[in-house]
Amino acid sequence: MNAVQVRQCDMTFNAGAANQVQALKGIDLTVEGGEFVSLIGPSGCGKSTLLRLIGDLITPTAGNLEVFGKSAAQARIDRDYGMAFQQAGLFDWRKVAANIALPLELMGWSRSDRSARTAEMLQLVKLDEFGDHYPWELSGGMQQRVAIARALSFSPRLLLMDEPFGALDEMTREHMQSELLRIYEDLGTTIVFVTHSISEAVYLSSRVIVLSPRPGRIHSIIDVDLGHRSEGVRESAEFFKRTTEIRAALRAVEEAG
Amino acid sequence: MTSQSRLDAWWPPIAFGLVFLAGWEAIVRVFDIQEFLLPRPTSIVAALRTEWAGEVGPGRITNLREAGWETGKVAVLGLVLGVVLGALLAFITTRFRLLRESFTPLAVIANATPIVALAPIFNAWFGITGIASNVGVVVVVVFFPVFINVARGLVEVEPNQLELMRSYAATPGTILRQVRIPNALPFFTTALRLAAPLSVIAAIVAEYFGGPTNRLGPVITQNASFSRYDNAWAAIVVASGLGLALFAIALAIERAVNPGRAPIEAS
Repeated sequence: MNAVQVRQCDMTFNAGAANQVQALKGIDLTVEGGEFVSLIGPSGCGKSTLLRLIGDLITPTAGNLEVFGKSAAQARIDRDYGMAFQQAGLFDWRKVAANIALPLELMGWSRSDRSARTAEMLQLVKLDEFGDHYPWELSGGMQQRVAIARALSFSPRLLLMDEPFGALDEMTREHMQSELLRIYEDLGTTIVFVTHSISEAVYLSSRVIVLSPRPGRIHSIIDVDLGHRSEGVRESAEFFKRTTEIRAALRAVEEAG
Repeated sequence: MTSQSRLDAWWPPIAFGLVFLAGWEAIVRVFDIQEFLLPRPTSIVAALRTEWAGEVGPGRITNLREAGWETGKVAVLGLVLGVVLGALLAFITTRFRLLRESFTPLAVIANATPIVALAPIFNAWFGITGIASNVGVVVVVVFFPVFINVARGLVEVEPNQLELMRSYAATPGTILRQVRIPNALPFFTTALRLAAPLSVIAAIVAEYFGGPTNRLGPVITQNASFSRYDNAWAAIVVASGLGLALFAIALAIERAVNPGRAPIEAS
């Protein structure tokens, strides 16, 4: 079954008003179960809007959108989505473990199940020691790992990530990318990932969607086949080739806009 | 914090305070300043001792313990009512956008109105024999910082956090409990810290304009009019102690509620 099926979706903000903006036009996109798809494009191309459409945070003004064969709203009610944003968005008043446990709490897990799963998640993101700390006591990279652990805690079928490593320095960022891939391979979830970094998109994804702005449309789709990501992958010929290809696509997009 | 660093933080203000009082005492003595203009600190302490539990009768108008207690009751009662009312109205107005948009500007205008202007009018409304009028002034003064700050805390939530809650299919009630209220808590305690000493100021100012006479406000004005400035100053010391005590309680609540977090700047 397809994880995400977007058919001819439009998104217009403030429709009919003077400040009307068409953010997306005629989007067709299929994401298969278990895929890692990245959305890339210049700012204002609607990549975050598309992610929010898929996550039912906003509703398309036209078109049809299905997630696991049902409406996006139903998928949200069924808690199929795990979300992570550029800001970790942790709750200051909850300790790290309690932040990870929040979705479990809302979903009515028992206390013992919650603490077992939280411990598991802390281990997964390598923060075993930090469950009892407050978020502000952690570095940016560690906070982002907590946010990812929280997004994964209830084993959502679809992970939606909006530039989750955008605020991190280069070293932390590469480390987090490897961590995310390890988790992705372990859990076999489906991921839709928004980024504006070409190398990040290539390194992480099985498919990269290049969007063009005003209004946001799909410009091209580039398949990436890097096989198992090891340290050398970033220097491989395939990595270089796909990076160049996406750079060319983005340049074409910029020139057209 | 270790006891050593606590000591390091405390000694400068204490030393400064002692030097300040000693300088005051010395200047009044050396320049032979009349006590009715500026009493010596030692005279004020003496007045504090004789008037603390003084018998009120002909020629004696001061019982500082009773006056402090009665004014304290007005301040605390007004503080509690104002806080409850402010927080409650913040909840109601932030729940309904239209109500918020129509009420908040009104609250801001009312907040800019000096309460002193209200005191005589409250006396006319609620009478000058009881404490209702004075308490009313305190309530109005306390209400606004609490209302404005709590409303801010309930509304100013990170958009990502609301999106996250939506992705969990959380109900508005759950979002209120899990996000908005905890988010507003430091705003609330900051407002409380502002409002606590304000309540004492408001109570005394209101008492200047009328109400029962066994209060700090009337004790200050009457002693001043009999040129008993030592007594007036002693009453001011009691008022200041009252304000400090309420501030300390508010600070303790703030610390307890927000462990390890820096206080939020109030609006």
